[in-house]
Amino acid sequence: MDQHQRIYEVMYIVRPDLAEEETERVISTVESGATAAGLTVKNVERMGKRRLAYKVRKFQDGLYVLLTVEGKGGAVAELERRLRVAEPVIKYITVRVDEEQKRLAKIKKIRDSKVRQRPQTAEAAAGSEPAPATA
Amino acid sequence: MADEEKKETTTTGGEAPEAAAPASPAAPSAPSAPAHRPYGRGPGGPGGRRPGGPGGRPGGRGEGGPRKFFRRKKVCKFCVEKIDSINYKDVRLLQQFVAERGKIVPRRLTGVCTPHQRRLTAAIKQARNIALLPFAARY
Repeated sequence: MDQHQRIYEVMYIVRPDLAEEETERVISTVESGATAAGLTVKNVERMGKRRLAYKVRKFQDGLYVLLTVEGKGGAVAELERRLRVAEPVIKYITVRVDEEQKRLAKIKKIRDSKVRQRPQTAEAAAGSEPAPATA
Repeated sequence: MADEEKKETTTTGGEAPEAAAPASPAAPSAPSAPAHRPYGRGPGGPGGRRPGGPGGRPGGRGEGGPRKFFRRKKVCKFCVEKIDSINYKDVRLLQQFVAERGKIVPRRLTGVCTPHQRRLTAAIKQARNIALLPFAARY
């Protein structure tokens, strides 16, 4: 099994009826679980409490946490297994993001090179991006 | 047949440029009676155009003719505003392309181009899976 190192986003929802420190413990448990599965945690972002679009395990709200990890697919499968077993985690989704990031970087590169070629026309076109115009 | 038409356009002179376009759909019935043609063209023109009117618009044949329903050309929001990433976390963005019931709005209504609609659909489905968007709004 020759697997590549890839970047994944794991978004999961923690049940809302836990105490503050308990929630923190769940988040750190998931983080250490990811490391134990063989992933390197790049970022943990708490997205806060949000209303769910539909009921999940009879909960109307949930605490969204976004975990960005790098590693192999098998390790992600292991992390997902842990999340499935973890009782306070009511839902999770894993999305592979490295290819999308690569695509966006490519687009940005093309756009930046165009800006350099024609500064005056590009300024009018890319009004929302003043940074590449000055570069 | 082509020669006949050419002759006619030269003889009728000023009328020709206007008449040329409506005459061509009526052409198959016309060559039997060239003398009858000027009369036939009057009713023949609109008659031929009527079925072609609503259905003919996708064909792009309506050059300058009086159109009853003017529809603004729809443009892809993602192309115009240069939105590169369609992410499942961006609920505000995705919600614009989801109907009240939670359905994905088709391209023909929103004007989104095919590549962007494909990404949009994938993003909406991911958002549904993590309860950011509803599968079906209940009533």
